[in-house]
Amino acid sequence: MIRAPAQYWLLIVMWIRSVLAYPASFVLMLVSSTLVNLTDFVAVLIMFSHITAFGGFSLGEMALLYATSSTALGMADLLTGSIERVGERIRTGAFDAYLIRPVPAFLQAAADGFALRRLGRPLQAGTVLVFALSKVDIDWTVARGIMLAVSLVTGTVIFAALFVLGASFQFVAIDSAELANSVTYGGQALTQFPLTVFGKEIVRAVTFVVPLAFVNYYPVLYVLGKPAPLGLPSWIGLLSPLVAAVMVALSSLAWRAGLRRYRSTGS
Amino acid sequence: MAVIELADVSRAFTVTSRSGWRRTRREVRAVDGMTFSVEPGEVMGYIGPNGAGKSTTIKMLTGILVPSGGTIRVAGVDPSRHRLKLARRIGVVFGQRTTLWWDLPLKDSFAVLQKMYDVPLARHRENLATFVELLDLRDLLDVPVRQLSLGQRMRGDIAAALLHDPEIVYLDEPTIGLDVISKARLREFLAQVNAERRTTIILTTHDLDDIEALCTRVMVIDHGHQIFDGTLDGLKSSQSAPRTLVVDLAATLPPIQVTGATVIKTDGPRQHLTFPTNTSAAPLLAEIAANYPLVDLSVSEPTIESVITQLYNTA
Repeated sequence: MIRAPAQYWLLIVMWIRSVLAYPASFVLMLVSSTLVNLTDFVAVLIMFSHITAFGGFSLGEMALLYATSSTALGMADLLTGSIERVGERIRTGAFDAYLIRPVPAFLQAAADGFALRRLGRPLQAGTVLVFALSKVDIDWTVARGIMLAVSLVTGTVIFAALFVLGASFQFVAIDSAELANSVTYGGQALTQFPLTVFGKEIVRAVTFVVPLAFVNYYPVLYVLGKPAPLGLPSWIGLLSPLVAAVMVALSSLAWRAGLRRYRSTGS
Repeated sequence: MAVIELADVSRAFTVTSRSGWRRTRREVRAVDGMTFSVEPGEVMGYIGPNGAGKSTTIKMLTGILVPSGGTIRVAGVDPSRHRLKLARRIGVVFGQRTTLWWDLPLKDSFAVLQKMYDVPLARHRENLATFVELLDLRDLLDVPVRQLSLGQRMRGDIAAALLHDPEIVYLDEPTIGLDVISKARLREFLAQVNAERRTTIILTTHDLDDIEALCTRVMVIDHGHQIFDGTLDGLKSSQSAPRTLVVDLAATLPPIQVTGATVIKTDGPRQHLTFPTNTSAAPLLAEIAANYPLVDLSVSEPTIESVITQLYNTA
């Protein structure tokens, strides 16, 4: 448990080195990945050439939402995205190879084929964040600054937990990778926008069922000093570390249950 | 003190079959009431037809699978409960697929394993040098695993499984698909490792030459049950697989009459007779020589294949 970070690092360094064996190819991949992601934000810019506010959010505020959501998903995808291939590994029998090593299967599954090019999305998100902070006029307090920084971490953790939950489900239904993707990648598309535009039902769902609203929406509302929907308190964003902790606990239980099921059914 | 101990170990799988809308669940016992122990330094061949429960047993011994009944102790611990701890003390090779990293050069895989298993660097270098030499890996170190041929990959996998000086090595069909020379080389290497390091080796195989060349002990299983446990010679004599006597006569004759033997084939002047393993060939020879124009003869022992085939059929 204590050694987990070192073991994870060992595994990803191995993959990074194998990628960096072809530096030119890597740089090209990274640049193209960042550019493709940037065009994603261009859609928002175009939208704001026709309107001045969307769901009560100005362009800068939208950019802040977009950047936080994109950072969280990008980092989670970078760190744990490989875990979605667990079903494939079970099917081919490669999963057994994880279980004969003295490193937790979870770390091996998360690090396997670590793709540094996925850094493209967080890089793009960072660019948008700089843009956002230059546009929005935030009444900065210490609490708001901390909230913004913390939300990038907790958002990453919430998305990562969702990746792990999805992967755990593949122990039961091997071909369910797409189901999990609809929640993670689909969820990210949702969290780029002020959630209220989607209607109350969606807001309830992403608050109480799949807590995507805690990835960035509630924290950003707090930072911007905007009221929360559904009559929720405006400080609800402060609960995001708690939500992240609960998600980690849930996903860890799910992973263990999945692994136990695997070990007692075989492939 | 045994390094591996199984007491009444079973492993059941639920098999779901579908016909139309109906789903039927059926329990299959892949391993049933397995009890045996292995001493340090033993090389045990674990054989049985496809689906006999060999791989299931190996997976339980590594901790990959949890037994449905009975107890297992490997190197003093319960494998499924202390899987991570046990992993440092065992080496595993799955002949059917690699446990190495597909996209990495062999030497990178080895370097990662050194850190993963915390092998002291000096010891790692020493082991690596030995294995590179013995398994002829020098030219393969820079090649990504996916580009290796089956035989090369297998050598890489075996080196990888031994780098951390495991006390016990499980080899699940290590010679599958290899050519004759590669097989011989691999066997030689394993025999050397066993002799020099006293590594306990359990190997499953369909190639009985592996058993002949390596194993001090053979265990035969079928349908999850042990049907034989002992030495190779013991296995041969345990079964009354008939010996064969081939006689060349001076002329083509009708099948000859000998007490205690029967003609199974005639081929011109050559006749093939079988007689039970536990009887001597001498009286037969005397009788044939006295009654028939005997020119030449040869006695052949039952092949291990025929012994095992018979064992499967009687089990």
